[in-house]
Amino acid sequence: MPLYNAQVFIQLKDGILDPQGKAVEHALASLKFTGMSDVRIGKMIELQVESPNETQAAGNVEQACEKLLANPIIETYEFKLSQLNEAGA
Amino acid sequence: MKAAVIVFPGSNCDHDMYYVLKHVMGIDTQFLWHKDTAIGEIDAVFLPGGFSFGDYLRTGSIARFSPIMDEVIKFADGGGLVFGVCNGFQVLCEAGLLPGVLRKNRNLDFICRQVTVRVENTATRFSSACTQGQILQMPVAHGEGNYYAEPDTIRKLEENRQVVFRYATVEGEITDRANINGSVNNIAGICNDRGNVLGMMPHPERAAEFQLGSADGKFIFDSIVNKIAEFV
Repeated sequence: MPLYNAQVFIQLKDGILDPQGKAVEHALASLKFTGMSDVRIGKMIELQVESPNETQAAGNVEQACEKLLANPIIETYEFKLSQLNEAGA
Repeated sequence: MKAAVIVFPGSNCDHDMYYVLKHVMGIDTQFLWHKDTAIGEIDAVFLPGGFSFGDYLRTGSIARFSPIMDEVIKFADGGGLVFGVCNGFQVLCEAGLLPGVLRKNRNLDFICRQVTVRVENTATRFSSACTQGQILQMPVAHGEGNYYAEPDTIRKLEENRQVVFRYATVEGEITDRANINGSVNNIAGICNDRGNVLGMMPHPERAAEFQLGSADGKFIFDSIVNKIAEFV
């Protein structure tokens, strides 16, 4: 069965205060990195998923995001899929 | 009355909760392991503080899918009394038994100190032994206690008087300075609309005897015991 690699990116929704991002933003400013603003910290989760095709793989990852990987009250998610082997390999 | 304290891997206030229930309140109390699949004949379930599953991913997010939680959800849906403190509150939010989420404290610190909360509603099964506006002193110990819910949800919580405890000054004023972690509307504890599930960040089980500096937390346990006696 084809194997896919999924990279899931989870971000705080716009308007949700990100105190970590703010702290990093201040640290950047104190290091004289000018012109950098709006630092937002999220997370990237990588996983592999076996699935007959890409559509079903995407469906599975989406369910995992909704149920566990992200909290839809404060977070948004998106993901990228790439096939790791050839079908039938 | 019979009580159960749920133990997740990483719970660390489970014995404090057990001690208060069993030895201070004199209640028949047992532990339930997170892999247990039956609650048994129980009148109230307590989710303790700690760092279940190391707080990995998000606080409470993995504990929420422990086998015992299916039973806790059924118990709550049937009207059973469920009380979560600190990490227990976080688990109840992740499980959808309470609305909202506990975010990282706004100052990024792990806050470990005594706080004062104001009792906002005494008409609940968790606060009936308190007086309206009473100030309770209890400790907090958390990194993620910053309560957030969408504006619509907050409005409903306020309208239904589901905000049971709010961070306040010793004099009982609701100020931004008293709001230790940045919670919306100084929220320290809420109940569900049905009134049988409550979660709070401060630790009443660490403030239930005068020897510990405050016995204010006992008002909450007294409320629970009194109401159970009425219902049984």
